[in-house]
Amino acid sequence: MLFEALALQLGYNATLVAIGSTLLGISAGVTGTFLFLRKRALVSDAISHATLPGVGLAFIAMVLLGGDGRNLAGLMAGSALSAWIGLICVQSLTRRTRLSEDAAIGAVLSVFFGFGVVLLTVIQTMSSGRQAGLDGLLLGSTAGMLMQDAMIIAGGGAITLALVLLLRRAMTLVAFDPQYARSIGIDPDRVDMLTMLLVLSVTVVGLKIVGLILIVALLIIPPVTARFWTERSEKVATYAGVVGGVSGYVGAAISASAPAMPTGPIIVLSCFALFLVSLFLAPERGVLAAYLRHRRFQERVHIRQGLLSLAQQQPVYEPLTIRLLAREGLARLDGVPTEAGRARAAKALLDEHRWQIVHGMADFEAISSLYDGLRDIESVLTADQLAEIDALIGGPAEVMP
Amino acid sequence: MTQLELATDRGHVVAAETLAASPLAIRGLTVSYGEKPAVFSIDATVQDGSMTAIIGPNGAGKSTLLKAALGVIKPLSGTVSVYGAPLEGQRARIAYVPQRASIDWDFPARVIDVVLMGLYRELGLLRRLTGGHRQKAMDCLERVGMADFAERQIGQLSGGQQQRVFLARALAQDADLYLLDEPFAGVDAATEKAIIDVLKTLKSQGKTVIAVHHDLATITEYFDHVFLINVRKVAEGPVATTFTAENLQKAYGGRLATAQIEELELGAG
Repeated sequence: MLFEALALQLGYNATLVAIGSTLLGISAGVTGTFLFLRKRALVSDAISHATLPGVGLAFIAMVLLGGDGRNLAGLMAGSALSAWIGLICVQSLTRRTRLSEDAAIGAVLSVFFGFGVVLLTVIQTMSSGRQAGLDGLLLGSTAGMLMQDAMIIAGGGAITLALVLLLRRAMTLVAFDPQYARSIGIDPDRVDMLTMLLVLSVTVVGLKIVGLILIVALLIIPPVTARFWTERSEKVATYAGVVGGVSGYVGAAISASAPAMPTGPIIVLSCFALFLVSLFLAPERGVLAAYLRHRRFQERVHIRQGLLSLAQQQPVYEPLTIRLLAREGLARLDGVPTEAGRARAAKALLDEHRWQIVHGMADFEAISSLYDGLRDIESVLTADQLAEIDALIGGPAEVMP
Repeated sequence: MTQLELATDRGHVVAAETLAASPLAIRGLTVSYGEKPAVFSIDATVQDGSMTAIIGPNGAGKSTLLKAALGVIKPLSGTVSVYGAPLEGQRARIAYVPQRASIDWDFPARVIDVVLMGLYRELGLLRRLTGGHRQKAMDCLERVGMADFAERQIGQLSGGQQQRVFLARALAQDADLYLLDEPFAGVDAATEKAIIDVLKTLKSQGKTVIAVHHDLATITEYFDHVFLINVRKVAEGPVATTFTAENLQKAYGGRLATAQIEELELGAG
């Protein structure tokens, strides 16, 4: 069943939902990257909650005009308008008063959401009879998705993505160094506003599939996940798009494979699963890698310190050091060095002297900054350079047993 | 309004050609955070091809003056002209090196990526980065002695190295006027030498350099002009005639002991 869904064989509706979710995931991930880099992730929460009054008002307006209150394009237009007003409120509260942005977000988010819930309650009591399903926009509801809806979502997602690609350099620069950006003529306020508009657009596009409460997850989790795998901002954006797209597709497929599985939450959970994998398994920044690196580092420091002590004929006191030296066959458990241990100790001491010389030479700055007390000096200097340095300190001295 | 009118209008009689030739001419600039002016009614006319140090005590508004001259902070009043024209049209001729403390160095970028930012203005929205751009960035890194670091993560750099990367980014802009905010703050001796060598080379190419500077002991060695400020302008001019005990006393008040002033290599006054 799941396999069939993944292979787009689960029928018309599931296929529409899968395509829409994938595109939404990609554009949310890429757009969210710039929000994340700018450290303004929470603004998206205010934007998304501020869509609700617009949804209610658009429904009422469309019913009063004699149309279908659930027309997606109409609801999206209404939600975009009220999210825009919410965004302006956050911006001007932050700029014109002494409130910090988090306080402004909290205030705007709750007031707009509260107002939206009141409007939805009013709509429940209206006699138009076709209001059922409006609260689906809170958590997403893909059950009755139409071709037209899928087209709007796909088109909106694609346009947003194109604009993000166009603005990527400006947004990266403003996130990294807004003052410098201003000095070369890029207005950070304007770029921030455009970023927020793109986030707003993703939010509105995502209403139908993941809903306004969960869209934040799709904006933020992909870049956070991507950050574990790379140290370059363009790659963070690319990987975030992949993470978002995969979660959108897999989430839609899983929810289609079982009856009454909510699409939005499943997409978010798929995304979270990718996050968890990255958190633990990412090669550089992952938790596991960091732990192993720390352990290895600690062992190497102990061995190095032990060797330097042996070279200077000082006793080694720390039990861990002795155990590690013994494990490597460099010393006996009573702390007496082996033949191999004496040789390594002499080498360690010599390297230490060599490094000291390297530190004093301006030409070797890049190499000198690699010094961590452990690195093999042969791995950074050529034999000729070493000979030159050795000439300055004299040959290695033998360690007396 | 012509430059001449602009100048006389404010009660300053400055020849029009001086203003037109000046890389940076500031008239009546006031910036305030809240209701307390950080810099007040500053006039400055920077000499073309000079190396000017902005000096003054902590909180005197040195960095603020620099940022306002660049339009990074919006001034309350005053005008800034760059090579005789309004600032906005002259952005391509200015390069700015901000304080490195204002940056999050855990940002996902390599050294070369930061230097390439110096070309963003030139690239605009649509142009792609080419090998030529990368080569230019590498050349700029070479000039500050950081070419070996191109692929390193910016978070792995020392303070002095970060400063040199910022200078390389400014060099990539190929500007005529360089404004640096405390380029020597908290850097090692090797960096200080590398930076001052680059700045002197710029000067020898006819570029103009303005730097906020803290270390009064190196003024005479590094700069040829000084601008003394303590919210208001105290004095501006060549080091030989302006960097005097009297002016320092005026700018720093009691914060600089007479003994400290005596140790400095001062102008004749």
